Amino acid sequence: MNASPATVMPAPQADSKLTSSLLELSRNLDAGTLRYLSGFLAGVAAERDRAAGNDNPGGKPVADASAIARATVLYASQTGNGRRVAEKLHRQLESQGLAARLVNVADFKPRDLANEKLLYLVVSTHGDGDPPDDARAFVDFLTSRKAPRLEQLSYAVLALGDSSYPKFCETGRALDERLAALGATRRADRADCDVDYQTVAESWSGKALEIARERLQSPHIAMLSAPPAQQMAADRDAPVATEVLTRTLITARNSDHPVTHLELAAPDGRLTYQPGDAVGFWHHNPAKIVDRVIALVGADPDRPIAIDGREYSLRGWLTEHREITRLARPFLDAHTERANNSELNQLHADGKPDALRRLLRDWQPLDVLERFPARWSAGDLVRALRPLTPRLYSIASSRASVGDELHLTVAAVDYLRDGQQRLGAASHFLATPGRGETASVRAYIEPNPRFRLPADPTRDIIMIGPGTGVAPFRAFLQHRVESGARGRHWLFFGARHRFSDFLYQAEWLEARRNGTLQRLDVAFSRDQSEKVYVQHRIRSQGVELARWLENGAHVYVCGDAQRMAPDVHEALLDVLTRHTGRSRDTADEYLKELASERRYARDVY
Amino acid sequence: MTTADPTAPPSPIEKVKADSRFLRGSIAQSLLDPATGGLAEADTHLIKLHGSYQQDDRDIREERRLQKLEPAYSFMIRTRLPGGVCTPRQWLALDDLATRFANGSLRLTTRQAFQLHGVIKRDLKPTIAAMNAVLIDTIAACGDVNRNVLASANPLASQLHAVVHDWAVRLSEHLLPRTRAYHEIWLDGAPVAGGEQEPIYGPTYLPRKFKAAFVVPPVNDVDVFAQDLGFIAIAADANSTILDGFNVTAGGGLGATHGDAATYPRLADILGFITPDQLLAVAEAVVTTQRDRGDRSNRKHARLKYTIETLGLDEFRAEVERRAGSQFQPARPVSFLSNGDRFGWTQSIDGSLALTLRIPSGRIADRVGAPWRSGLRAIASVHTGTFRLTPNQNLIVAGISASARPAIESLIKQHALSLHETASPVRLDALACVALPTCPLAMAEAERYLPALVSEIEARLHAHRLDGIALGVRITGCPNGCARPYLAEVALVGKAPGRYNLHLGGDAAGQRLNKLYRENLDEAAVFAALDPLFARFATERLAQERFGDFLWRSQLI
Ligand code: SRM
Ligand SMILES: Cc1cc2nc3c(=O)[nH]c(=O)nc-3n(C[C@H](O)[C@H](O)[C@H](O)COP(=O)(O)OP(=O)(O)OC[C@H]3O[C@@H](n4cnc5c(N)ncnc54)[C@H](O)[C@@H]3O)c2cc1C
Ligand SMILES: Cc1cc2nc3c(=O)[nH]c(=O)nc-3n(C[C@H](O)[C@H](O)[C@H](O)COP(=O)(O)O)c2cc1C
Ligand code: SF4
Repeated sequence: MNASPATVMPAPQADSKLTSSLLELSRNLDAGTLRYLSGFLAGVAAERDRAAGNDNPGGKPVADASAIARATVLYASQTGNGRRVAEKLHRQLESQGLAARLVNVADFKPRDLANEKLLYLVVSTHGDGDPPDDARAFVDFLTSRKAPRLEQLSYAVLALGDSSYPKFCETGRALDERLAALGATRRADRADCDVDYQTVAESWSGKALEIARERLQSPHIAMLSAPPAQQMAADRDAPVATEVLTRTLITARNSDHPVTHLELAAPDGRLTYQPGDAVGFWHHNPAKIVDRVIALVGADPDRPIAIDGREYSLRGWLTEHREITRLARPFLDAHTERANNSELNQLHADGKPDALRRLLRDWQPLDVLERFPARWSAGDLVRALRPLTPRLYSIASSRASVGDELHLTVAAVDYLRDGQQRLGAASHFLATPGRGETASVRAYIEPNPRFRLPADPTRDIIMIGPGTGVAPFRAFLQHRVESGARGRHWLFFGARHRFSDFLYQAEWLEARRNGTLQRLDVAFSRDQSEKVYVQHRIRSQGVELARWLENGAHVYVCGDAQRMAPDVHEALLDVLTRHTGRSRDTADEYLKELASERRYARDVY
Repeated sequence: MTTADPTAPPSPIEKVKADSRFLRGSIAQSLLDPATGGLAEADTHLIKLHGSYQQDDRDIREERRLQKLEPAYSFMIRTRLPGGVCTPRQWLALDDLATRFANGSLRLTTRQAFQLHGVIKRDLKPTIAAMNAVLIDTIAACGDVNRNVLASANPLASQLHAVVHDWAVRLSEHLLPRTRAYHEIWLDGAPVAGGEQEPIYGPTYLPRKFKAAFVVPPVNDVDVFAQDLGFIAIAADANSTILDGFNVTAGGGLGATHGDAATYPRLADILGFITPDQLLAVAEAVVTTQRDRGDRSNRKHARLKYTIETLGLDEFRAEVERRAGSQFQPARPVSFLSNGDRFGWTQSIDGSLALTLRIPSGRIADRVGAPWRSGLRAIASVHTGTFRLTPNQNLIVAGISASARPAIESLIKQHALSLHETASPVRLDALACVALPTCPLAMAEAERYLPALVSEIEARLHAHRLDGIALGVRITGCPNGCARPYLAEVALVGKAPGRYNLHLGGDAAGQRLNKLYRENLDEAAVFAALDPLFARFATERLAQERFGDFLWRSQLI
């Protein structure tokens, strides 16, 4: 079909009168009702479409064979950064009248790639160079021999990553290459974002828009778009200042892994969350660390430094705008050059990837600055350090139970290196009472749709959350109890010592007593001579666990990504092979299937 | 007078016992539950009959509540040690357990037993097993059964002591629960298939704790009138070497509840005289009468003392005689001179030596300047006689040969174990119960406060030139009376942190209850109350007159 005006997306019969009466009407409705209405009206429309035999819901034009009707913005995101970028690009496309759909990779059938014409892929890297959980199936398919030729496809990839990981933006890089290898046409060079992804993402999105303008059919008439709703909910770029209501150490005094429980004010609308979501914080760096860095540079902390049109004092930069506790590759490279230290040079030389990886993971900028002295001017240092990034924490409460509060569970990062104290910036910021100005912190909600309670309240849930991984399960249980869910609950928890490190012990025991937590299996690694972890408990409870699974239970894993999550995964495979008669391969298939149904969900970090 | 309401439902503990399959409950499973340092609720009651109490560190209870952690649970283990006699080997074993599994101290109790505090759940079994390995068990050391049987520890009367001690052991064993639960749970004994019986107790044991004691006059160190069942040894001759029989007492008990007039301390009645061959039958008859007639609905009204009040002494005595199948003879005359210990070196009739050491509150620990635990361990390593725990929380090193004396003496010096030589009579005789931080029932400090309390009393006595007088002082953290405060001349009974009821007017030999003098006093008010009484005592007392007697004579209380 040709792109004649008639076939262009039929403009909704919207005249200015309708618009103004809609606006009038909407003025008296709150945001929640408006959101409800938008869904409701879409439903009504879909119903009419169906009744009219219109298989083109939404009234989008049917693509003609040669012209590209629509772009797809496909994202694979674990912690929401990629999703945000993709959403924004999608909004921009739409607002310019460029037809585009936004799809989460979890909802995308990899085989449909063969039908795509213009694909924007936004993908982050997790684990040790691994794809986000949702993207595993997609990546597996695309890298397998089953992948179709993609000559018809134009694409551009935006990779997100963190340069402190050795496999920086690995997934994006691999997919970018693979698409090309399959015959697709790369329309723009891949862009790799570090944790301060905005700048790179914006320039890439600009290119993406250009490409869309070039390649897409003439713009369709913009749909009635409500006047940009006032940004109610806080987000990463517009966090809300919120108050810390209580702050309690919830490990015993003799614990060598202190954990703090925080309760924050979470005004509805601004910080609305669901169980499974995380909260993000923009922290300030610890004054002690800032002072050390300043001392090492030997510069005047109050002298203003201007970079890219922003001006702060050195102290200001280091406190609020730069990462000084996380080491990134660009800084390390720059410092290596300046330090001209043989040990450091050696690390960079080929053949030492492991040492370099360890260095990036375990060392802080301060460690490098102290161990391998180099001359830095204040301005150069600030420029070389990467911008501050917010940190995420799993929400440990349910609104159904705590109302306008938000609870979290923060493990201290506080250790000695060469006899010097080292702190984790955000955890210290959150857990330390009485910091200067106020008790307020800048926060936003990071939704995690991959980590949701079953829609069916009669489903059983198995929660595996050692350490602070237990946080979202407190939210889960609160929510299910409050909502009267009849499904059963099973918690696996692990830590070093029961006496000192059993997070929320009293609550779990009470839940077990009152019958809302049907099973509680714990592994305290240092309470006996042999080390016991959750995966051991999973294996020893295999028979029952398999029964729950076969009965439709959802399984959730939260906490350490490095070792716990893979070990638990292995244990689950073992349980399935040992107790359900599956082979290793079918067990693996089964877990993948569960994962794609979101019945096996992980939130690991 | 109080009466039992026969229509009242049994107390919840009765059901726990009834459902316990002869004290097994789910203790074995509770021990294995890694999610908690405690036991399932029902098991916390049952484990008492195995000799252990679940406790928590009350000093950090609130802190842990805020930390959303369960209380800092640990267990107190109490031994069954009839008459308080143990061997050096047993001492060393217990001392070792104190370091390995407990809080590093041994506690000698007012019932001549050892307590370990702070044993965590997973160490319970190894600790109890290790005790049994040196032939010390903990069966029935607590709970609704006959508890550790007391016997006078008087070091002088060695022969009679030995005879009476034998009886204490026999009675203790006669009244032991027969269930194999203890062996199954703690000693890996094979499970019993069924058909178990408790011939004396029945499946619900007694309505309440039950305490028996043997005393050898004239020293009433066991405070026999505070016991449910007492046997006052009557010697056949003046030299006190041959046993004729016993005056039997029943219905003593001290526990009370603040503000509940239906609960009160009570001195035992004398039932009459029996000959030794009657003893086990009479004891069993008293126990089964209490088993069948005691109040099983209200635990505050369940001790034998209330059963006797309800039945009346005559009916009670008649029932005991019926059950025992023998009669009481009229009681023999006896007189008691003191209920304190005799400190220092003494020589027994058999010529061997004994050394009675003062152990304040029975707490044996190593402290700066007072390495008593090490000292006693050193003594135990060389000693060839026995140790005897006294009902006043002190320790007798008994059966020392003359040649061994110098070695022991030098160890005593080395380890500053010489309070018996240096302390004032007040300090030597004072008793304090355990109270905080382990006792869940404590309302105020006792053991930890005792040293300061005594110092202050000494200072006040000094101010009235009363230094060196004997004065019986006892303090407990609550009105349960574990240090038998209601028999003391001056007693502080805890009511709230830092606050005590002041009781005055006990005698020197445990034969008279004191009286509540003032309520709810803080330390300053205690001394404000005592000071004028000391002043009058200093000027008005008769020769040899004790403070408690003086108060009655002068009608000051
Ligand atoms: C250790 C000891 C006090 C001491 O400082 O030595 C003691 C300590 C406790 N007694 Fe006692 N009682 C001790 C002798 C006594 C005595 C004195 C005696 O028996 O000669 C009495 C008063 C006599 C009597 O029984 O009437 C005594 C009357 C109580 C009572 C009140 C009983 C009553 O009839 O009301 C309780 C509370 C209860 O049973 O409900 C109690 C309860 C307790 C408990 C177990 C608290 C509890 O029930 O949880 C205390 C443990 C504290 C701790 O942390 O160790 N204890 N208790 C004594 C251990 C004796 C033993 O080896 O068996
Ligand atoms: C989705 C998600 C959910 C999360 N939920 C939680 C939660 O519920 N509770 C929680 O406590 N954390 C949670 N985290 C982790 C959290 O976001 C932070 O990464 C963590 O608190 C450390 O940040 P920091 O700013 O304190 O440390 P940083 O300032 O980032 O410093 C960390 C640096 O210290 C060094 N270091 C040495 N030892 C350690 C160590 N043991 N841990 C970390 N760094 C170490 C490393 O060099 C590291 O780069 C979550 C993370 C994600 C992604
Ligand atoms: C547990 C974890 C592991 C990560 N591993 C890598 C990695 O191996 N390589 C990399 O470039 N980035 C890694 N990152 C950084 C993320 O890719 C980066 O934070 C990105 O902005 C996340 O985007 P998303 O929110 O869309 O998932 C990791 C992040 C986390 C939390
Ligand atoms: S008297 Fe009260 S406080 Fe003292 S040990 Fe006995 S029960 Fe505990």
